[in-house]
Amino acid sequence: MKHLMDPLDFSVEELDRLFDLADDIAANPAKYAHACEGRKLATCFYEPSTRTRLSFEAAMLNLGGQVLGFSDAASSSASKGESVSDTIRIISCYADICAMRHPKEGAPMVAAGRSGIPVINAGDGGHQHPTQTLTDLLTIRALKGRLNDFTIGLCGDLKFGRTVHSLINALIRYNGIRFFFISPPELKVPDYITDLLKEKEIEYEEVIRLEDCMPELDLLYMTRVQRERFFNEEDYVRLKDFYILNNDKMALAKDDMLVLHPLPRVNEISVEVDDDPRAVYFKQAQYGVYVRMALILTLLEINV
Amino acid sequence: MLNVGKIEEGFVLDHIEAGKSLSIYHHLQLDKLDCTVAIIKNARSNKMGKKDILKVECDIDTLDLDVLAFIDHNITVNVIKDGEIVDKKVLVLPKEIKNIIKCKNPRCITSIEQELPHIFVLADEKKEIYRCKYCEEKASESTYAW
Repeated sequence: MKHLMDPLDFSVEELDRLFDLADDIAANPAKYAHACEGRKLATCFYEPSTRTRLSFEAAMLNLGGQVLGFSDAASSSASKGESVSDTIRIISCYADICAMRHPKEGAPMVAAGRSGIPVINAGDGGHQHPTQTLTDLLTIRALKGRLNDFTIGLCGDLKFGRTVHSLINALIRYNGIRFFFISPPELKVPDYITDLLKEKEIEYEEVIRLEDCMPELDLLYMTRVQRERFFNEEDYVRLKDFYILNNDKMALAKDDMLVLHPLPRVNEISVEVDDDPRAVYFKQAQYGVYVRMALILTLLEINV
Repeated sequence: MLNVGKIEEGFVLDHIEAGKSLSIYHHLQLDKLDCTVAIIKNARSNKMGKKDILKVECDIDTLDLDVLAFIDHNITVNVIKDGEIVDKKVLVLPKEIKNIIKCKNPRCITSIEQELPHIFVLADEKKEIYRCKYCEEKASESTYAW
């Protein structure tokens, strides 16, 4: 029985198979409409995350399966002090697969160790959010046709952003990837990541402003710069506009550059950019459903 | 030079970094064993300048050498039987250590589920980095909770 805790739990070959399946699901949704009939997905969300939970639920419903679960710790027995290990043993009697989100890092791993059913980490604190990374990779592969040989800019909070760290770790397994890290000095990508890139001789550059690298990018991955991350208000006011994507900055980019964002967006992408065909962050949410459908089928070992 | 007599059966832990013997004494839980222990601090050493030595008279299966390797794998472990050195153990970093150090990350699941074992996994052998199995927090001196 396989679980998904970390995006690197799957080899590059396993990811290829997963993405091939997701592509087929996208092309032939009717073929998969009854694939999970009689199966149940438990969504155990110890903290609210409407988007991720609905994406999992939509994925299971699209496969003809059913869903049950809870959407915050207060409505589960965790509020009575039940351990994750005990909860998953009970859930294993009720469902065939579980997607778990928990504010504590490593909780889904503890669950997987005690579970009788496959467990998917749907986000554990600031640690991992593997299905977001799978979504990002599938979006890139589907829209660019490849996962190698491109220049990607990652912009915003690169210090605390777990989606950024996971994406970098997943992308460095492919050839010909070059990174631009676009962030204020306070929110630079951590040293352990740049050390890893140096060790693997992967090209990267750290820049302060989006304009400094826009023309070179094949992909731009935007994240939010949160006000509370700054040491003082003055720095926030001085720097925040550097990280707001608008049509002026888009004008500097290649015609086929793509803009991705894990969402939710606040103000880091101006709404005027939404109509630009290069803005694919809403399509990304659709790919998120396809990749979760492929993941459920793979972990349940269902062949269609 | 202070002389400490030979032991009949047990271990002589040599080349301990000066000043670390007491910490090793506690980590090996020697305080819980009913056996003779000699702690020699700041002994002269050609190799190290000064060093600590621990002599432990006990059954040779009693000690958890994994703990020792984690604390300092440069320590020489001489196994003594009938008053003679019969073996020198080479310490290798254990792949995994359980309940030797504690994860101090307040966001880690171990912070709320008390019964979980604190497991650290060897993440980088060259740099001797251990990470919490659950949250991947790096082990540091401050995580030495027991």
